[in-house]
This record gives sequence, C-alpha cells and structure tokens, in this order.
Amino acid sequence: MRKKTFPLGGIHLDKHKLTSSYPIVDAGLPDMVYIPIKQHIGAPSKILVQKGDKVKVGTLLADADGVVSADIHSSVSGEVVKIDDIIDADAYPETMIVIKVEGDEFEPDIDLSPDIIRDIPYSPAEIVDKIRRAGIVGMGGAGYPTPIKTTIPEGKKVDTLIVNGIECEAYLTADDRLMVEKAEEIIIGAKIINKALGIQNAIIAIDENKPEAIRILSDLSKKYVGVNVEVCQSKYPQGAEKQLIAAITGREVSPAKLPVDVGCIVQNVGTVFAVYEAVQKNKPLYERIVTISGDDAAENLGNYRVRIGTPASFIIAKSTSHPKHIGKIIFGGGMMGVSAVNMDAPLTKLTSGILLLNDKDAVKPPETACIRCAQCVDACPMGLRPFAIASAIKNNDFAELKRLHTLTCIECGSCAFVCPARIPLLDYCKLGKLEVKKQS
Amino acid sequence: MLKISTAPHLNTPLSTRSIMLHVIIALLPALFVGLAVFGLNALLVVLTSVAACVGFEYLFCRYVIKQSPSTWDLSAIVTGLLLAYNLPSDIPLWMVLIGSFMAIIVTKMVFGGIGKNMFNPALVGRVFLFISFPVQMTTWPIPKPFEFMNLDAETSATTLGILKHSDIVDTSQLPDYWQMFVGNIGGCIGETSAAALLLGMFYLLYKRIINWYIPFYYIASFFMLISIHWLITGDIKYDPLTHLLSGGLILGAVFMATDYTTTPMSRSGKIAFAIGCGVLTYVIRVFSVYPEGVSFAILIMNAFVPLLDNIYIPRLFGRQRRA
Repeated sequence: MRKKTFPLGGIHLDKHKLTSSYPIVDAGLPDMVYIPIKQHIGAPSKILVQKGDKVKVGTLLADADGVVSADIHSSVSGEVVKIDDIIDADAYPETMIVIKVEGDEFEPDIDLSPDIIRDIPYSPAEIVDKIRRAGIVGMGGAGYPTPIKTTIPEGKKVDTLIVNGIECEAYLTADDRLMVEKAEEIIIGAKIINKALGIQNAIIAIDENKPEAIRILSDLSKKYVGVNVEVCQSKYPQGAEKQLIAAITGREVSPAKLPVDVGCIVQNVGTVFAVYEAVQKNKPLYERIVTISGDDAAENLGNYRVRIGTPASFIIAKSTSHPKHIGKIIFGGGMMGVSAVNMDAPLTKLTSGILLLNDKDAVKPPETACIRCAQCVDACPMGLRPFAIASAIKNNDFAELKRLHTLTCIECGSCAFVCPARIPLLDYCKLGKLEVKKQS
Repeated sequence: MLKISTAPHLNTPLSTRSIMLHVIIALLPALFVGLAVFGLNALLVVLTSVAACVGFEYLFCRYVIKQSPSTWDLSAIVTGLLLAYNLPSDIPLWMVLIGSFMAIIVTKMVFGGIGKNMFNPALVGRVFLFISFPVQMTTWPIPKPFEFMNLDAETSATTLGILKHSDIVDTSQLPDYWQMFVGNIGGCIGETSAAALLLGMFYLLYKRIINWYIPFYYIASFFMLISIHWLITGDIKYDPLTHLLSGGLILGAVFMATDYTTTPMSRSGKIAFAIGCGVLTYVIRVFSVYPEGVSFAILIMNAFVPLLDNIYIPRLFGRQRRA
C-alpha cells in the first residue's frame, strides 16, 4: 500500500538527518539563563518576580496574561539578577528574566522519578488546568498555548487527535529521539489529551524515515485502545498541520479555517510528552529536546535536553571547538528556522534545533532570472503560484496578490528551496501577505 | 562574523546552469547519431550554430544592454544545439548564422533574455529559415553512415516528404521501421534517430528536468488522430508508425515542447498545451502543403501560453477540485 501523504506539492529533504541515532543527553547547566516572558503566540506573560528573588527549578516566574498566553517557569535554581530587554535571536529586543544559576534545586511537588505513571485519575477540567499551570505551548514551532487546543470550542465536534511525529524539517531529530526514548510517555500523553477532549481516537503520525520510532510506537500502541500509529511518506512539509490532517484523514482545511472545523486536533509529540510530564509528574515546561546539527561546521552533533533560557553559545561551545568556522547559526531547522544575529540568544520552548552552517553554506546565491520551470508551482503544498506572487510584487500589482490567494501561504519555503534561479520566493510571499493584510 | 538571512537556508543543488547542462547531456546521443549519419557537414552546422548563438548572446549583453553576459547559464548552447538539430546538414553556414541571429537576438534577447521569450528561440530560427530559404531547407542529404568525410552529398526527400508529395506511394522507396528508429534516414541533423532522442528523454525524466506529461500527451494525441485517419482512409500516407518515427515529432515533443519558458506552468496547462501541439501537428501534416508540422504546431501553441496560464491554475488546497 502507498504510504499516506498530502495531496499537493511537497519536496524531498531526506539526506539531512545526521543525528537520528544520537541518544538524548543532558546539556548541563549554564552559568546564567535568559528566560523571555514571551515564548508563545499571544500576550507576553506578567512578571511575578523581582531582582534579587531566589527561585528554584519550576518556580513560576510569569503568569499568563489572558487566555492566549502562557505561564513561564524558572528552568534553574538561583537568583534573579536582572529583568531587562535583551536582543533575541531574531534581532528584536525581548523582555527576559536573567537568573544566575546556583545549585540545582527543584520545586518539591515535581516528581523526578523515572517511573511511568499510566493511570489517569484526573477529570478533563483538571487536566486542562494542569496543562495551563505547566505553561505548555505547541512545541513544534507555532507556540500556540496548548490549553486552548485541549478544549473543544463551543459548537465544534472533534473526533481525532493527531499526534504529530513527522518532524519533516531538515536536520532536526529531537522529536524522533523523543519518540524512541519516551514512547510510552507519549502514548499516555495522547490518552490524557483525549480524555480532556472527550474523544477516543488518537493517531500518532510518523514519517517513514524514522523506522525505530515506528517500530517502538507500533508495538507499544497495541497495548492501548484508541491509539494507533500511521506511517506517512517522508516529504516536506508533511508535518504542517493542514498537510498532516489531509494525509491522515483526507480532509482539507479550507483557507481561514482551523483544524477543529474538520474535526481534528493536532499536537506535536514534544507537546504531548510535556503534557504527560505536566499531568502525571507535576512538571512545568522548563526544558526541551534540542538537536544540534550541521554538515561540517560542528564536530559534536547530537540531541540535548536543554533548560529553557540556556544561551545558544553554551550549546555551541559543546559541539564545536572552532566557533570561527560557523558562518550562520539557525534557531530551528534549515527550512523554516530563524538565522540568529546573537550567539548568546537563549533557547526557548520553541527551539527545536540549533543548526550551524559553515561560511560557504551561509551565503545565499544571487537571484537570477525566472526561467518559468514551474518547480515552485509543483512544490507548493497549498496550490499557490509563487512565481506569480513574486512578479506581482515586482510590478507593484497588489490587487493581483489577493487574486493569487497569497494569504493562504504557510511559509514552508518549498518554493524557494526548489528554485533553480535562486529567487527568494518565500520572501516575496511573506511580503505579499503583509501587503494584502495592509489593504484589508 | 555571523551571516544572517531569511529562511529557507537550504537550496536544491539544481540550478539554471545545471538544468541546461543536463539538457545538453540529453541531446548528445542524437548528436552522435547525426554526426555518424551525416558526417563532417553536420559537425560544421552544429559548431556554427552553437558558436553563433553563444556569440550573439555575449555581444548583445556586452554592447547593447551593457550587462554582464548571461551566456554562462549555458542556455545559448542549448538553443544552438536545438537549432542545428532542426537543420539539414548541407545548409550553407551563412544561413545558420541568420537562424542563430533570429533565435537569440530577435526571439530571446529583445524580449528580455532568458525566461522572458514568448516563442521557442530555436524553432523561430528554423521556421524563419524554412520560409526564407525553402529549397535549401527541404533538400536532405542521403544518409551515409560512418562515411565521415563524404561532403558531396546526394540529396533526396525525407520520408514524410515522399509521403506528402507522391500521389501513389512507392513503398520500396520507404525505409523500414528499424532504420527510422535508429536514425538511418534523411532529415534534419538531430531528428532522425528516435532511439537516441528517447534515450535523452529518459535521462531528462530520470533527472527530473522534465515531466512526462508533455511528451506523452503530445505524442499520444497525435498518434491517436493519425491512427484514426489511417484506419478510415486506409492510405499508406498516414501510416502512424512512419509518422511517429520519422520527422521531428519526437525531437519536438521531448526537447522543444518541454522548454520551460514557452510552456504553461501548471500540470493541467501543460497537458492542454501538449494536446494542442498534437492536434495541430496532425492538422498540418495531413491537411496543409507542408509535410512537417511540428515546428509550426509548437510555435502556435507557444502563443497560447499566457492564455493557458490564466485558464489552468493549480487547485488551491482546501478548495473543491475544479469540476
């Protein structure tokens, strides 16, 4: 049988997974952590601590401001030394709580034992509350607060939870390793979310380039009713929410609609694991798995368990002894990651990888003339015509942008990846989206 | 110093230049057959055409638009090869220069260079010569395989020419299918060998430079129409296999109708374009005074590309399929 995939476009990125066989290791404690009060979509959290306060691992630092926001916890024990605007990876100043690390003391109610707790005694409301108090957000990169996605909006019907174990981004293997090493926790996490949603059906979607994760999760899921593994083709952007729903269920989410409108909720495996830890272990989201990768700019690649707020330079120092050869540092994967201006910028709840490129790969080739090869049209998973969007912008034809449905672009970058003329098509699409939004 | 840029941070290894290189590689088998069958004359035509195309593009960039020459993307070499493949081997070389000028300067560069031309440059070059110098463009040296230095070519008509202009066809004059398949027949330098052209096609398909739709729908639609015509009339003039294997159909369908710039962008648009080419080739070959219709068919369909691009747009994700 042909493995499932999404109906339109897509590209193949298979050869970049360098670290899938590297077990997760603890990154250790830096001297200082920088914890941004906005690591999610929505309002920045309200700061609860002051300079001089002593905190432990798991101490609440900032409180969610409204529904679309999230709690922020300390990832280390020590003293708050500064609360200030600090330049983030993407060059914007962000308010961060700076903590000087002293020892490694945890809040007492966090269960640090390695035992797997299978029983779920909590009510749906209690589960959502625990998720909220753990500050969990969508860890695949969107950063949408998870409590919202574990509550079904009024008037909507949901029948399927899709656990997103696709990780189609170039170089990233953090989710892959998590599925291999924490398989049962992820399955229990899915059961927890299903209980909160009041549904019976969870599908763990994994792409075929992760045979170990597929084998382990398929075997384990047989013991759990209502949890099944579905193998998808390795194709980018298979892990994008709408593409994944289409692959698994055949339902297409219309532009400007949400997954709940077709009866689905999608949660990243990292998020599901965090839900397990929050609900069963009282553990707030203060650490995550981060892949360190790159073809030849770094020698020690791997998957690390990193405390939130750890400066990237701390991890980079672990992976290479020649930081001079690094031409570019990317927070995230090679396709959608943000290229960092600041090596000391902290890792957040959403940082799935640190990618180091050498001087040569760091330089983007110059743009040449479009040869109308139609690769961008064939690659676009949304059925757009990126070449036409680019030329509409070059011609200042902003009315045309709307006609080309520019707003439905999911910014996966497939068009720019395949372009043989090296036209930065994604930049044009993003610009086009801004222009359309400006008009309306 | 850290470099910064917007996403994505990765690119496919395929570039405009490497695409052109793959096309040149795919054209080599037909070149070898052309040289083997038509000898030194063919080599001179090919060299003249390629050198002229590259030279014209270089000079135009350097002295007319005063930009750094774009010839390093190798597209002028592809045009030069394709033009030569569409010429008889005994054509005077000064005519080749005129064809190259029409292809590169008039069809490509004045429209804005690579990616901007409406019509296939090599085909415009060929058709211009065909209309201007009909005698030279329709006399064909008799193939003399492996007699490389044979310059005093005797000429004859092509297979399609014989079929078109004889009232009663003498079947003994016609080459058999095998000769047509390997290319031991009269015709343009690059069009005679179906085998060599198909080899090039499989290379391009394997390297994912072209899609299968255009060659397939072009050849299939033409083959279907000529077969029906042949079955109804029962006339050997319309023998489908002869029409398939001789003349420029395969060269056109594989290398000219798949030219990126002058074909539609969407899959459905490409299919419509290819079927249009097939129908027009059939109409011209059967009902016009010309024995050969591939060049005209593709050029006519080139003119429809902007229209097809507007009609056949890809399906939007999350919207119903087009009814």
